[in-house]
Amino acid sequence: MDAIQQLSSHTVVLPMVDIDTDQIIPARFLTTTSKTGLGRHLFADWRFNADGSEKPDFVLNSPGSANCQILVAGNNFGCGSSREHAPWALLDYGIRAVVSTAIADIFRSNSLKNGLLPIVVDDETHAWLIENPGAEATIDVAASTLTLPDGRSVNYPIDSFARHCLLEGIDQLGFLQQHDDDIAHFEDTRSWTP
Amino acid sequence: MAESNPKTLFEKVWSDHLVKDETADTPAILYIDLHLIHEVTTPQAFTLLREKGIAVRRPDLTLGTMDHSTPTTAFRSFKDLAVVSEGAAKQVRTMQENCDEFGLELHGFDSEFRGIVHVIGPELGATQPGKTIVCGDSHTSTHGAFGALAFGIGTTEVGHVLATQCVLQRKPNTLAINVNGQLQSGVTAKDVILATIGQIGVDGGTAHVIEFRGDAIKAMDMEARMTVCNMSIEAGARAGMIAPDDNTVEYLSGRPGSPQGADWDAAVDRWLALPGDAEAAFDRSVDVDGAALQPMVTFGTNPGMVIPVNDPVPDANGDPAFRKALAYMQINSGKPLSEAAVDIVFIGSCTNSRLSDLQQAAEIVRGRKIAEGVRMLVVPGSQQIKRDAEELGLDKVFLKAGAEWRESGCSMCIGMNGDTVPSGKLSVSTSNRNFEGRQGIGARTVLASPMTAAASAIEGHVCDPRPYLEGQ
Repeated sequence: MDAIQQLSSHTVVLPMVDIDTDQIIPARFLTTTSKTGLGRHLFADWRFNADGSEKPDFVLNSPGSANCQILVAGNNFGCGSSREHAPWALLDYGIRAVVSTAIADIFRSNSLKNGLLPIVVDDETHAWLIENPGAEATIDVAASTLTLPDGRSVNYPIDSFARHCLLEGIDQLGFLQQHDDDIAHFEDTRSWTP
Repeated sequence: MAESNPKTLFEKVWSDHLVKDETADTPAILYIDLHLIHEVTTPQAFTLLREKGIAVRRPDLTLGTMDHSTPTTAFRSFKDLAVVSEGAAKQVRTMQENCDEFGLELHGFDSEFRGIVHVIGPELGATQPGKTIVCGDSHTSTHGAFGALAFGIGTTEVGHVLATQCVLQRKPNTLAINVNGQLQSGVTAKDVILATIGQIGVDGGTAHVIEFRGDAIKAMDMEARMTVCNMSIEAGARAGMIAPDDNTVEYLSGRPGSPQGADWDAAVDRWLALPGDAEAAFDRSVDVDGAALQPMVTFGTNPGMVIPVNDPVPDANGDPAFRKALAYMQINSGKPLSEAAVDIVFIGSCTNSRLSDLQQAAEIVRGRKIAEGVRMLVVPGSQQIKRDAEELGLDKVFLKAGAEWRESGCSMCIGMNGDTVPSGKLSVSTSNRNFEGRQGIGARTVLASPMTAAASAIEGHVCDPRPYLEGQ
C-alpha cells in the first residue's frame, strides 16, 4: 500500500449513522476477481438511479464534493459485512480518510491494510465537522492529529503498529513472514493439533 | 484449589493460539486452526500469493466451498449451470482453479457436501471447540457456537492466513450476554438474537467478543446456538461464543472431520475443560430476560430496529436515521407490522437454513397453501441438509404449499446469484441483514424466525406464528 504521512482536504459529509458496507458497495458488485476500478460503484444505490443517471440530491454528486479526500460520516461507519471491497471502493474513488465517532471493527482493520485512515474523534469535533461540510481539515498521521480550519487540533486513537505501517507503507504480510520461525515453533510444540 | 489466573472461554482459546503475545508496539500473532474460503473474498488474495511466489502454508487447515455467487436452480451438468453473470461465472471458475493450483480441498459443484461455508464447516466436523477459525465473511461468528474463536476477516488477511496461517490481532474485550429463563413456545434462537441486538444496539458489541450464557442458551441445540452466534456481528461484535457441553460433543460425534478413537476421547476431555472459570471476569455484562421474549420482527434498515411481532412500530421521535429507515421501508409508526402485505418469503441463509429451521417452517405450512401473490423460496444451507430434508419429505411439504425448493447457497440473503427481491417488494426473510438493498435494489426486508416467516407466507402479511403451533 502507499505510505501516507499527511492529508489536507475539504470534507464531504454523510451524517447518517450505521452506514453499512452494503451501502458503501452493494453486493452485486462483488462478483469480481480484481480489487481495482470499484470506485464507480461506491455508494451506487445512493448515487445513481436505476437508469444509471446521477441522483442530484446525493452529496457525492454535488460539484463541491469533487476531489474531496476526507469523508465525515455518522456513528458506526462500515458496519456489516467484512468485504474489503468497501475500502477498495472508497480509495479508488479518491477518499483517503473516514472520520466518525465510531468505526466498525472489520472495516477499520481492512482500511488500515490499504492505507485508508479510519479516524475516530470526540462528539464535539464530530458535530462541528457534520455542521460544516466542505471544511478544510488536515490529518497528520505521525502525530495522530486532525486539525480543523480554525487551528483546533484533536488527537485520534490509532494502534501504534498500524500507524507505523501507514507511515512507511509497510505490507503487514512481510511482518508476519519475518516470524516464520516462531510460527513453525508454535506448530511443533503445541499441546494438540487441529 | 482456586484457579490462580481465572480465564473466560475466550481467554482460554486466545492464549492457546498466541504465537507471539501483543506488545505496546505490535499486535499479537494469532495462529489459525481452520481457514474457510469461498469464491467472493479470496481471488485477490490468491493473485497476491501467485505474484509473490508464496505457497499456502497449511492446505490441510484450509477448506473451500462455493456459495455466494452460485445458482440455486437445479442443474444436471456444469454446462447447465445458470450462473447469473459472466463476473459470477469467472469467480466460480477462478475458485476452482485456485484450489487446484494451491492444492486445497474444495466442495465445488461436484461435491455432495457443497453448501454455505458456515453450514458445512460444522456439518463436516471441521468446526470444533477450542479452534481458531477465520473466513473472509463476517458471519464466521457462527462457528463460535462450538466454543471456537471464529471471526470474519478481509481479503488482505485471507492472504495472510493462506501464506502464514496467522493473523495480527489486538486482544478484544469480553462481553457476557446472559439469556436467562425458559423461552416460550414459538420463540426461537432467532428471536433471542434479534431481541438482544435490539437491546444493545448494532454497535453494542464493537471491539468485544461476546459469550452467550444462561439457561436459555444451555437449553438450545447446536443449530439454535449457531443462529445466535451467527448474528453476533450484527451487534458489531468481533465474535460470539458459547461454552461447549454435552450437546456440542453429541453433535460432533461421528462427523467426518471429528477425531476418531483415542483422539476423540482426548479431544472431548480438552473441549469440556474449555468453559470459562467460575471466577473469570468479563469487561461488560448484559442480561436478557429470555422468558419474556416474543417472536421478533425488524421494521427498519438494520437488525437493531426490531420489535415483538404484535407491537406497534415505534415513533421516530425526530431521529433522522429512524425516519429515513421508515421511509425506505414504507412503514408507518404506531401500527403493527401485521398490516404490511408480504410479497416474498425467504427461508435460508447461514442464519436459518439448517434442518431444524426447515422443519420448523415446514410444520407451519404443512397441509396449507401460501397466500396468493406470495413467492416463497426455501433454500437449504447445504446439499446434505437438502438430502436430509428430502428424506423427511419436507421438500414435498413446501412444494405442495406452493413454495420453491432449491439447491443450497447464500441465495436471497445477499442476492449475488440472481435470487433477488424486486424493488419495492416486501420480503420476510430468515436471513441476517435488512440493510437497504441487501436483497436487491429497493428491496424491503423484514427479518424473522423460520416460524414467523412461514406463517407470514400463509397469511400474506407479517404475523405471529404461535396460533399455528396449537395442536402441534
